Amino acid sequence: MKARVHVMLKNGVLDPQGEAVRHALGAMGFDQVEGVRQGKVIDLELAEGATEADITEMCEKLLANTVIERYEVELV
Amino acid sequence: MRAAVIVFPGSNCDRDLAVAFEQAGFQVDMVWHKDAALPEGVDIVGVPGGFSYGDYLRCGAIAAQSPICKAVVDHTKRGGYAVGVCNGFQILTETGILPGALLRNAGLKYICRTVGLKVETSDSAFTEGYNAGDVIGIPIAHHDGNYFADDATLAKLQDQDRVAFTYTENPNGSVGDIAGILSENRRVLGMMPHPERAADDGHGGTDGTALFRALSGVLAPA
Repeated sequence: MKARVHVMLKNGVLDPQGEAVRHALGAMGFDQVEGVRQGKVIDLELAEGATEADITEMCEKLLANTVIERYEVELV
Repeated sequence: MRAAVIVFPGSNCDRDLAVAFEQAGFQVDMVWHKDAALPEGVDIVGVPGGFSYGDYLRCGAIAAQSPICKAVVDHTKRGGYAVGVCNGFQILTETGILPGALLRNAGLKYICRTVGLKVETSDSAFTEGYNAGDVIGIPIAHHDGNYFADDATLAKLQDQDRVAFTYTENPNGSVGDIAGILSENRRVLGMMPHPERAADDGHGGTDGTALFRALSGVLAPA
């Protein structure tokens, strides 16, 4: 079983790296870019028997800091 | 009086913190991150600056899950004292001992220089050697020192007089200019600036000395 975890900063939390990417795209002439948010993708390879509840616990305890980040789990 | 300074792979301010404690009269034990217990009779735990575990995942995230951090959490739950500086502050927020989180500096740059700090409260074992309103010079050296807390948490920190230090000129985008905060019982301090780097004449400044001296005053056996 494989799972892909997407971790993004919550809305309202400043993302300076995303802003820097947006500036760079603007400077390259991509005027159509109005906003950039940068996040992380974490791929998990899981043994038989792992549950979605296990993955949620991993996200809550380590993979995301829920003070500033939100996450989505995708089973692949 | 005994202090324990935690050493993670990637800590680089551990010795500086130990020296500052020693100069204030503490006996210091260096404690490895794989140890599951603090030495008997420790009065205060110091979580030092550096780049524990290479800042992988998030600054302080992996360190917060190390065996010794469980012991540090238990120590603070029992009412024990602790101070986290720089990466140590990041680790204390990742363990949940202190609220909020540290984000990438708003200007994206690593900043290493002495900054002005305003002492916001003298009501703690860490800050009673200063007067509220004092402005002191303490070095910062960080890439992820942009303190973030949601509006409710920020209001609570301010209402409970738990903001220990603010920047006189905000270098990193921290909400409320916050440079350091206290736990609810005022026995845990987390701060991004490095008081242990302003604790000796050779450092070019000694404004951090009063913090360690105040601690020794509070923790000295009666």
